[in-house]
Amino acid sequence: MTAADGRWMRLCVLGIVLAGLVLPIVTGLWQTGRAAFGHLPAVGAVSISLDPWRALAALPGLWRSVALSLWTGVGSTALSLLLALALAGVLNGRLSAGRTARLLAPALAAPHAAVAIGLAYVIAPSGWIARLLSPWATGWQVPPDVAIVHDTAGLSLILGLMVKEVPFFLLVLLSAQGQIAVRASLAAGRALGYGAGTAWWKLVVPQLYPLIRLPVFVVLSFALSVVDMAMLLGPSNPPTLAVAMTRWFLAAETRLILPASAAAFLLSGLVAAAIALWLAGERAVAALGRVWLRRGRRGRVAERGLVLAGAVGAVLAALAAAALASLLVWSVAWRWSFPDAWPESWSLGAWMRPAAGWGPAVVETARTGVVATLLSLALAIAWLESEDRAGLGRARWAEALIYLPLIVPQIAFLFGLSIALLGVGLPAGAPAVIWGHALFVFPYVMIALSESWRALDPRLVRSAAALGAGPWRRLVAVKLPVLSRPILTAAAIGFAVSVAQYLPTLFLGAGRVATLTTEAVTLASGSDRRITGVYAVLQAALPFAAYLLALLLPAAMRRRRGLAAS
Amino acid sequence: MRLSLVALIALGLASPALGETWEETLAAARGQTVYWNAWGGDKRTNDFIAWASGALEAQYGVAIRQVKLSDTAEAVTRVVAEKAAGQTEGGAVDLIWINGANFQSMKEAGLLYGPFLQELPNARYLDLSEGSAATVDFTIPTEGYESPWRLARFVLTYDGARVETPPRSMAALGDWAAAHPGRFTHPTAANFMGATFLKQALIELAPDPSVLQSPASDAGYEAAVAPLWAWYDALRPNLWHGGEGFPENESVLQQMLNDGEVDFAMAFDPAAAAAAVERGLLPDTVRSYAPDAGSIGNISFVAIPFNAAHREGAMVVANFLLDPAVQAHAQDITVLGSYSVLDPTKLDAAQQAAFAALPSSPALPSNADLGRTLAEPHPSWMTRIVEDWTRRSTE
Repeated sequence: MTAADGRWMRLCVLGIVLAGLVLPIVTGLWQTGRAAFGHLPAVGAVSISLDPWRALAALPGLWRSVALSLWTGVGSTALSLLLALALAGVLNGRLSAGRTARLLAPALAAPHAAVAIGLAYVIAPSGWIARLLSPWATGWQVPPDVAIVHDTAGLSLILGLMVKEVPFFLLVLLSAQGQIAVRASLAAGRALGYGAGTAWWKLVVPQLYPLIRLPVFVVLSFALSVVDMAMLLGPSNPPTLAVAMTRWFLAAETRLILPASAAAFLLSGLVAAAIALWLAGERAVAALGRVWLRRGRRGRVAERGLVLAGAVGAVLAALAAAALASLLVWSVAWRWSFPDAWPESWSLGAWMRPAAGWGPAVVETARTGVVATLLSLALAIAWLESEDRAGLGRARWAEALIYLPLIVPQIAFLFGLSIALLGVGLPAGAPAVIWGHALFVFPYVMIALSESWRALDPRLVRSAAALGAGPWRRLVAVKLPVLSRPILTAAAIGFAVSVAQYLPTLFLGAGRVATLTTEAVTLASGSDRRITGVYAVLQAALPFAAYLLALLLPAAMRRRRGLAAS
Repeated sequence: MRLSLVALIALGLASPALGETWEETLAAARGQTVYWNAWGGDKRTNDFIAWASGALEAQYGVAIRQVKLSDTAEAVTRVVAEKAAGQTEGGAVDLIWINGANFQSMKEAGLLYGPFLQELPNARYLDLSEGSAATVDFTIPTEGYESPWRLARFVLTYDGARVETPPRSMAALGDWAAAHPGRFTHPTAANFMGATFLKQALIELAPDPSVLQSPASDAGYEAAVAPLWAWYDALRPNLWHGGEGFPENESVLQQMLNDGEVDFAMAFDPAAAAAAVERGLLPDTVRSYAPDAGSIGNISFVAIPFNAAHREGAMVVANFLLDPAVQAHAQDITVLGSYSVLDPTKLDAAQQAAFAALPSSPALPSNADLGRTLAEPHPSWMTRIVEDWTRRSTE
């Protein structure tokens, strides 16, 4: 009975995932694709042609944009991965998995836009670092004329992406380490006379990497197509392809929409090419690695590498902390001129009158995040439960389905999706935005929850069944309470993902849905750092509060239950 | 424009689209929330719109919800997408703060409602004689499809603590930048302000500025812009970051002036610097001025999309913005500091006194500092020089 029940439930879940997740992406891609080949009746284009591609190729700076995207995307991903692998080696055995995860929480919670805005306040020639060192150490009375933020090589963008991606990789590695025998491998290495660092690289890393490959591709696709951070930190003239394309989509001259659609397709191709390049790189690294392994040297290079990684990691962490702190300081400053290390006058003015400013944005952000997260969580639990009841494991194609929204570049289907939504009479606005957010929240919730769900001790459920509990009772009375901590963690991650969304809010909200993220990005191109600071602080604070809640709530609940029992 | 003279006259004489009287419009507007799509990068403007919403709600029962855009084109795209989907009513955009190329693009694509200006009772305070500033948007006749709301003038702002004698012409600016490399820049020409800077230089440097009033033809174009690019090629290496990167808009540039990264900012609003000083965003040593030859000036407009869900409310907002008391409030340096679009000769003594009583500030340029107003070139010039600039600067 339950198996049939489970199959039925599984079909339902699959149906919802197909209709709610896969269909919008495919429709969006289809609409964008038609526009890329000249079919968009709205702007009077009805013929199928290659004209949009010709127009795209003729746009100035296109090839530099493409090169910049590849360089910043692949470069930031490779550097972040390398650093995270090394840092995982440094932290391994020194910090428990739980503590590491808690330490990473603030960095993971802070949205890309807030990090980027803060980072710009810190590293710019007139930024906090230069202010702290001027004029006593540098002699600068005015900031030096060097390009740091928006540098043409995209180094600031790479740095900004690393600040966000290294913690993400660390978290993924943490969970991968739980799946392999790290300690035994290291012990074996040491017994063979290798230092801990060398053993980490030679024995553990080759086992870890295959487990985190999909997240690596997610990061690669994200880094190639990120818009908000690239607007705030990346080169401006020309910008990366994703930013250039967003500008063309939103340009006054509607004729640019067609080449912009072609560019969206080009970006998808770029992501595919980057993944292919990465796979080729994997082989090369594996081949070189095998040579390195076979030579069997017991040298100290790897140890030094780990020390260096520790130092770089500490610098990144300090930059992230300074970035978030600078947002807070700016939000309460009145005048803060170069080269003063601290504001010369303070004011709470930017925080006053929330009703006329950040108040509605907080409500909108929280509401969107909570609803998108609850929907995603319910669907994820239904999916996992249906797998349990049908007695089936996860098929590979199902895994691919979950990762689909994370690997296809957002911008490639979002504009098409906004047109398609209008076409079926679903107007842009809050519901469309919630849906759009759920497209990206659901995969993260699912990934975060799956592992703990499957790791649940089957004896618990079996005992409950033996005591006569039906499937629903087993779910509600056993599984959900036991899994309350991972469920809350998954919810916090989902909420953080929603808060950080920029493009889906912009495209599906028709500008009517103003979240902290869209407001912060808009304000960052204004002249008032104090107001921008307020929005960015709140933007980072909301997901952080969610993480805190996920951490404290289970403990509080347990304490209450404990008291009741005694 | 594309319309024949006959069609123009017919448009002008046509009674309001639905034959509504103003009382009927007011009645229909009551209870509506107008989604005003307006650039959101300026807090004073946002605050002014919030204030207007309160005042309108009290007087007419109409509320404004500002949709803060980072670029006005976002609103155009939205209306285009709605038209694409066949949505001819109930559109998401009710009112747009619009100018020049965006207006031309929407008007030509039939995306605007109108003409409606003549229906607004407060339009009687405007100078609507042919060719007057309130009837022309970047040389495009507005034909009643937009309603004026604020006056803009191009000004340069400098920090008097660091610059003693600012250059009084674009040619002199080139010399100043050569003497102070890295201390001057302009917003990217993809941005309205950056394009305006180039147009200001174009008007000052073109052999015959009068050709700029007609569409740019291939024959006249090269001759007219040659001095501009010769001047710019000499200027660019001396710009901030060697002319390799440019700030996104004038607000970012203003922030850079405040940080000391550059010595000049620019604005399309003579009161921008004074207001920024008031709010602690610039040192009180900044001053604004226009080049000796005068500077580009134009009027900012609001327009209503063809499918606006709250058209009547949008018209009430447009009319409210033309109220002499509201215009005086907007010109107050402590509020918005944007100069009035009304014709002073059409105001009565009490209305004029309200303007005379407004407070002043040292960073506020006098009429003498501003000099004469230069007319905007035809939009085709802007399109072409921006294209040229983009090609040259990304090479």
